[in-house]
Amino acid sequence: MSSLSARIQEIFNEPGCAKNANKSVAERKKGCNKQLQPGGAAGGCAFDGAKIALQPFTDVAHLVHGPIACEGNSWDNRGASSSDASIWRTGFTTDMSETDIVFGGEKRLYKAIKEIINKYDPPAIFVYQTCVPAMIGDDINAVCKAASQKLGKPIIPVNSPGFVGPKNLGNKLAGEALLEHVIGTQEPDYTTPYDINLIGEYNLSGELWQVKPLLDELGIRILSCISGDGKYREVASSHRARAAMLVCSKAMINVARKMEERYGIPFFEGSFYGIQDSSGSLREIARLLVERGAPSELIGRTETVIAREEARAWAAIEPYKPRFAGKRALLITGGVKSWSVVAALQEAGLELVGTSVKKSTKQDKERIKELMGQDAHMIEDMTPREIYKMLTDAKADIMLSGGKSQFVALKAAMPWLDINQERCHAYMGYIGMVKLVEEIDKALFNPIWEQLRRPVPWDKVAKNRQTETITKMRGRAAEIAADPQTMRRAKKVCFCKEVDLGTIEDAIRSHGLTSVEAVRQHTDAFGGCCKRRIEDVLATMPVSSPPAMLRAAE
Amino acid sequence: MAIVTTPTKACAVNPLKISQPIGGAFAFMGLRGAMPLLHGSQGCTSFGLTLFVRHFKEAVPLQTTAMSEVATVLGGYENVEQAILNIYNRAKPEIIGICSTGVTETNGDDVDAYIKLIREQHPQLANFPLIFVSTPDFKDAFQDGWEKTVARLVEVLTEALPAEAERDPARVNVLPGCHLTPGDLDELRTILEDFGLKPSFLPDLAGSLDGHIPDEFTPTSIGGIGVDEVASMGRSSWTIAIGAQMRRAAEAMQAKTGVPFRLFERLCGLTPNDEFIAFLSEISGRPVPAKYRRQRGQLADAMLDAHFHIGGRKLAIGAEPDLLFDLSSMLHEMGAQVTAAVTTTQSPVLERIETKEVLIGDLEDLEELARTRGCDLLITHSHGRQAAARLKIPFYRAGFPMFDRIGAGHQLSVGYRGTRDLIFKIANLVIADREENHRPTPDSWRSWSQPFRPGGLSVIEAAERSIA
Repeated sequence: MSSLSARIQEIFNEPGCAKNANKSVAERKKGCNKQLQPGGAAGGCAFDGAKIALQPFTDVAHLVHGPIACEGNSWDNRGASSSDASIWRTGFTTDMSETDIVFGGEKRLYKAIKEIINKYDPPAIFVYQTCVPAMIGDDINAVCKAASQKLGKPIIPVNSPGFVGPKNLGNKLAGEALLEHVIGTQEPDYTTPYDINLIGEYNLSGELWQVKPLLDELGIRILSCISGDGKYREVASSHRARAAMLVCSKAMINVARKMEERYGIPFFEGSFYGIQDSSGSLREIARLLVERGAPSELIGRTETVIAREEARAWAAIEPYKPRFAGKRALLITGGVKSWSVVAALQEAGLELVGTSVKKSTKQDKERIKELMGQDAHMIEDMTPREIYKMLTDAKADIMLSGGKSQFVALKAAMPWLDINQERCHAYMGYIGMVKLVEEIDKALFNPIWEQLRRPVPWDKVAKNRQTETITKMRGRAAEIAADPQTMRRAKKVCFCKEVDLGTIEDAIRSHGLTSVEAVRQHTDAFGGCCKRRIEDVLATMPVSSPPAMLRAAE
Repeated sequence: MAIVTTPTKACAVNPLKISQPIGGAFAFMGLRGAMPLLHGSQGCTSFGLTLFVRHFKEAVPLQTTAMSEVATVLGGYENVEQAILNIYNRAKPEIIGICSTGVTETNGDDVDAYIKLIREQHPQLANFPLIFVSTPDFKDAFQDGWEKTVARLVEVLTEALPAEAERDPARVNVLPGCHLTPGDLDELRTILEDFGLKPSFLPDLAGSLDGHIPDEFTPTSIGGIGVDEVASMGRSSWTIAIGAQMRRAAEAMQAKTGVPFRLFERLCGLTPNDEFIAFLSEISGRPVPAKYRRQRGQLADAMLDAHFHIGGRKLAIGAEPDLLFDLSSMLHEMGAQVTAAVTTTQSPVLERIETKEVLIGDLEDLEELARTRGCDLLITHSHGRQAAARLKIPFYRAGFPMFDRIGAGHQLSVGYRGTRDLIFKIANLVIADREENHRPTPDSWRSWSQPFRPGGLSVIEAAERSIA
């Protein structure tokens, strides 16, 4: 475990991270993990982060060493897409039982690795450490090493048990595993001056394929994408790339920086979210490749493609402008890509009433200010209750956020769009931004909102009827209360036919009735459920012979 | 009489099983104002939360004690204490339900003792409902977590009936298994109320996860049975337990409050519902309402219409024991053959499943059995989607989680009406599959002399089915 904690310290010391560079030595040592608050935390663990980062390698078997929770509760739940291989979506776990915990799980792990190779024969297996085996001291590094030697396959230990920290740390630990065991272990079949690596791109909803055609057109080859739709062989030989792009996230900055150090691959941080960002990233890729020896005509060709694509995208967004006029959007994201989305939404004519800046750097915030003006509403951290209030007070017309705050918006009957990783639409590149605008339009103008916000009509009807009945009953009660005898006689005996006590008493008295059957004959009383009550009435009435006059008449 | 077998392989592939603490937390969600809390690292909660949110498409309350590596070594008292205080102060819950996980069971945290200490340290919590259930990940499964939690809720929250108190003849406790959906609970409530009975459901997921829109934003569960109502369950005249998993809770209820119980292992199918309705008529002293005579007729007719399609189908089913028993029995009674059955954990009902062998295994086992035995109908939770695509057979999603379709909370299987609709849905899947994938061709019968599929349908059978 000591090597793991040393590695974590090293990650905290990341010189490539702008945020880190601004910290004091003591602050840096503490690391960038916010202390988790018991009972107030949300978010994945380090194991989750490692799995997210590596699982998009599609031809690799991902084996989770731990009890059922770690894999059983989470497998096949990511939206990454694969162009062919499917083994990455197969859930493999040692499903540790009580016995394994008592006697150690290493043997079981080794057997599991062997079973996978026999049955599925993948080019490599990634073995993920989890909390329980880490606690009991299962040494997955040793097991993986032994298995690699015996079975002749790369078996890669990913040492990132959940309790060492949050998701973000897991991303970086996964990167370390790649750097230590995978990158540089194989050679590509051939290389070109146009080879690049994409680092930290997971091909969610296949969004990489929204950009790849443009790269293909320019003759730029993605030597390795870490890790979306990636293959083991590609990442193993990724050290031969000419340049790298760290896509839209600082999660794997350690991989980009160390590859620059070790193999001299220059990288830049870029994003394909938003039109300007896409153009900027394409330009930067071209510039870096030319710097590393690619023919300089690449830059001219790139500009041509950019000009064409931008024109197409703007033209496609144009028709939405009048529809979006006056519509206000609230943007709650991790914050990293806030400003790139802000620019695009504004271009489409939406007014931004607020954006979250929780994970944004200083520069990000400056850019947002530039875009949204000095009084930009930047939200550091907002509780669901506050978001809910903001939405119900109709301060926004649509909310764009990650899946976690989804129901806050939807339950406030407010249009909502998923712009985080679980979403089912791809929003990358030029076409992706057009798609985003389309989706916003669909959400904003769906006819359900008006229906759902309308008050329930029968609430009002019911209320009116209720007041009416209450008034009526009060009036009646007052009448009855005036005369206690009337009140007594007005009591219903037979509820089915609404026959009151007075009627029955009169009938008994005038006809000298003695049985329920007789009462039934002389009144409307049904004698079903009220049989008992009629019997009671009969019992309390003095048996009197009917008046002589009536007897005579009969 | 089925033989229950366990696999010998070291690597579970495509797990069917969901872990025990998630089942425990699920039970707590059926209480009003509840905040379930998993005592483990934050990932344990985050994975569970994602499962629930994707299944119900609802905001779901679930918190974590956020155990770090250091806390795991030193013991989790402080984490439990802080978590309880934070939740108590911020979310203002009516009850906090704590489930342990693999990590905190391995290091041996004594949470019951922690709670005692916390109550002493913080007088405001002295009488606040804090319920702990031990649910290690490395043992048992989802259904067991639910079973233990409901039993614990009964033991802790219900009050023994005072000698002078009278039982309410109309009041009935219902202890539903975790295989019932909020929609099922609503259906049961309607049925019971039609007999003039007043049911109390424990847990009542129909109150919290039925998708209703609350007036206010609440971080805890937005409905369900209140702690006070659970306390008064001893006043009921009967307890109805649904699913063998609820025997434990029903027995606990009887032991503590003296309320007698009747266990219904199944509520899907004609015969089980006949028994159920007869029982309701008996305890309520009322004749069966005309509505149920009509519904029974409709179910009978649905069985007549659907038996053409379901009869003879070879069913491969992977589900938790009670759901497995319920659905496979109903389909067996419709003429299907239960050909491959895989489950997650031990249960007394497994032996009575209408098949030769029940395997405690995973979806790889189910897929393999379905392939070699030529199954042509697959039932399991959403994770069966990959297997279904490879096997190219009709796939009905049942159980938890169901994350790739909507309406999971309202999928019905109980009552005459629920059974009727379920039969229609499965039969329609079979019909659609036949139309899409098994249209007859000029060559359908040409190769009839060759063996078609080992253990599968005979050629003639297959071809005839294609045309039917």
